Order: sequence, then structure tokens, then C-alpha cells
Amino acid sequence: MSTIKIPPVLRPSTGGEREISADGANVGEVLRKLAEDHPATASQLFGDDGSLNRYVNVYLNDEDVRVLDGLDTAVKDDDTLVILPAMAGG
Amino acid sequence: MPSGAELIRQAKEQITEVDPSEVHELLGNGHRNGTVLVDVREQQEFEEAHLPGAVHVPRGHLESRIEGAVGDKSARVILYCASGNRSARAAKTLAEELGYERPESMTGGITLWKDRGYEVDVPRRLTEEQRERYSRHLLVPEIGLEGQLKLLDAKVLLLGAGGLGAPAAFYLAAAGVGTLGIVDDDVVDLSNLQRQIVHTVDRVGMPKVDSAEQAIHELNPGVNVVKYKTRLDASNIMEIIEGYDVIVDGVDNFPTRYLLNDATVRLKIPVVSASILGFDGQLSVFAPYDGPCYRCLYPTPPPAELAPSCGANGVLGALPGIMGVLQAIEVVKLITGSGEPMIGRLLLYEALSTSFTDLKVRRDPDCPICSRDPESISDDELGVFPDYEQFCAAAG
Repeated sequence: MSTIKIPPVLRPSTGGEREISADGANVGEVLRKLAEDHPATASQLFGDDGSLNRYVNVYLNDEDVRVLDGLDTAVKDDDTLVILPAMAGG
Repeated sequence: MPSGAELIRQAKEQITEVDPSEVHELLGNGHRNGTVLVDVREQQEFEEAHLPGAVHVPRGHLESRIEGAVGDKSARVILYCASGNRSARAAKTLAEELGYERPESMTGGITLWKDRGYEVDVPRRLTEEQRERYSRHLLVPEIGLEGQLKLLDAKVLLLGAGGLGAPAAFYLAAAGVGTLGIVDDDVVDLSNLQRQIVHTVDRVGMPKVDSAEQAIHELNPGVNVVKYKTRLDASNIMEIIEGYDVIVDGVDNFPTRYLLNDATVRLKIPVVSASILGFDGQLSVFAPYDGPCYRCLYPTPPPAELAPSCGANGVLGALPGIMGVLQAIEVVKLITGSGEPMIGRLLLYEALSTSFTDLKVRRDPDCPICSRDPESISDDELGVFPDYEQFCAAAG
């Protein structure tokens, strides 16, 4: 099980959870498992074509998955996924 | 026992003396051929004025410090003092006791040098008040006198005198940043005081730029405050930000963040950026062309439901305190050139779990802004920034 860090804006969709564990062999599988368990997150993470929304950054540990293999990036059990939307508050 | 005068006379007979005119010629033609010029006077004398390019080794510390200053004992070493006496004795010590092969003493010292009309370096100094005020900076080697002088010369622009801008303004003023510009068109509201600590109860209703200026001057009257009581937009941004060394981004909306990014990439001004919401903060430094820009990290703003503002969703009052102070620290690092600024990195601070996460941010080779040469962007293009207000309207 890898750990997903949920940003504040998605917490209403995860029942307030800040960290969620999910199974999956790669980033796409883990995020889809999240969307399955917490359906309200689905439209915020994925576009109609099933790809990650452009305004959602996903990090595997400290690296942006866009510079790895995107949703196909392999995930190990002790890895942490960070979902990072832009914030503008000042 | 010989008298002091006799010792000096003897030393001058035993060493090589060089006339200031020869030293002047040596400095003037730019080919010093490895010659090292050493000032052997006391600290205070050196600070008042010294020969251009001279290294300072007070005669009292000659034995312990000369090898650090002049490692090559076969090099030509020209020593000078006020009038040529101390340097004659020092040259004798170098030759006879420390094994230097070519020590020489300049006749007549800096006094004769000045009498001949040759130039001297007068180092910049802090006033006595500044020396005391910034003494704890002067004690850390990463800042020191050189770093403090850079801070005093620096021009930093704060975008917003709100949650993030308030603590940043306080610490940058305290650090002695010479010029602090502040852009904010708002007035102080009672609901601001939960976090915007530059403002006070008796200044509710006052423009934030005026309130911030008052707070800054109460802390450090030496800071030059430049106030812009306006909202940053495409029509005024170039004029406002040009000439600043670093910009502290604490604005509360996406349109201005994207606009700021594009303008600062065009002008190559680094931005220390932070944002806050609830109990979470983000921080990064966007240094155009040295690292990624804001658009490399966030190519498009999120839709409205994923981009609430602090006004709508609330924020822990102390959160902008920690994030704004982190911004102030990054500014000091950029100005003094110390440490590793957060360029190409994004810090997440989660207050509820007290965790700091450091993520890598890469330059996007296809970035619509920073993948281009800033000179390739014509003035015409600059005048017509894309309409971010409309582009981001849904983001609020």
C-alpha cells in the first residue's frame, strides 16, 4: 500500500482524511483506486479522457510524475504520492 | 641596546625599499606579475583608506597570518604602513625569520603615496548605529559586513501587505533592506488583525501601505519605503516592478500570480513565492532562467472549486507568519548569495502534522513563457499581456 497525501481542497471529498492508503502497481492505478473509494475526487483528478487534469500536480516522493512515466510510473509499497494543486492564498 | 629609531634605521639598510612611484606604475599597468601588496597597519587605519588591491595583515599578526595571505614565499611582496617604518621591520621579519625571498618595504608609506596624489580605496563603512543594530548579522560569516552592505543596497518589492507580506515586511526591515516597495490597494480591516501583524487596531480603515510604512519605520527608520496604493495589473506591472532586485509574492489571487510570473521572467527578476490556505503552505523561489518559473510548476490555474481563497475558506493566523518569514529568509539568501535558495524546489508545510516536504520542480522545456528568450519578446507583445483576469475568472 502506498500513501497518498490529500491537499486541503480535496479533503471534503475524502471525508476530511489527510492521508489515504491505496493499492496499485503504478501511479494511475493508485489514483484510480482513490477515485473509486472516494468518487468525489474523480472529476477533480481526471479529465474526460482519463488523463490527469493539467492543473493537478502529482509527485511520487519528491519527483513530479510528469518527468517520470506519468500515470504509468511504477509505485512501491512504501512510496508516497503527493497531490498538489496550485494555491493562491496570501 | 639600540634605540627604536636605530633598529628601524638598521632594518631599512638590510631590506629592499621601493619608491611609491614604482608601486603606482605596477598597479597602473595592471600586470602585477604575482606581486602582492600588503598593508601592515592596524585595522582602523586600513578601514579608513588603503592602496587599491592591498591585502591586510596587521604587523601584530604578521607571523600568524602572512602565510594565509601570501602562500608563495618566492613571490614579490611589497609591504607598506603609514610612513615606511613598521613595514621595514615587517619586511625584515619576512626575510630573516619566515623565509620570504622578495619582501620589500614601500618608502614613506601611504602618507607619501597620498602626497604624490595617487588614489586610495576608501572602503564603505557602517555608521556606529548600523554597526550596533546589525551586529548579530556582522557576526555570522555568511552575511558579515559585505552581506550587510548588500542588504542595505537592496531593493525588495512586497506584493501585498497582508498575511504573508506583514511578517516578511517586518523581518526584511529589521534586516536592513535599504528599499522596501509595497503594493496593496486595500485598507486595514479588523478581520485582518488575526494574522496581518504589521497592522494595528488604531489603524483599522487606514490604507495598508500607510499602516505598513508606519510599522516598518517604528522598527527601522533607515528603510526607504516606496508605497504603491494600487492593484497590480497588466497596465502598471512593468513600471512598478522594474528596478527591484527581488519580489516577494504574497498576492491572494491567480490572475496576479500569472501576470507577475510573465513580467518577472521578461525582466529576469527573481520571485520568492508563497501561498497559504487553511493549515497548509507552499514556498518556492522562481529565478528566471536559473530555474523553473511559476508556469512550469502550474501551467494552468485550477477551476474555482479547487481554488478557494483564504477569505472564503479561512487560514490559521500563525501560518502566514511561518511562510512569510521563510520568504524573508529566502530574500536574504538571494541578496547575500548565501546558502541554497529554494530555486527548483517547492516546500510544503503542513501545520496539522507539522511536516515539511521538499519537492523538486523542473523547468518545462515547452513553457510558454520561460522557454523563450526574453529579448525575443517584442515590446508589442509586452504591451498585450494575455487577459488573465478573464482566463482565471473562474478561479476567484
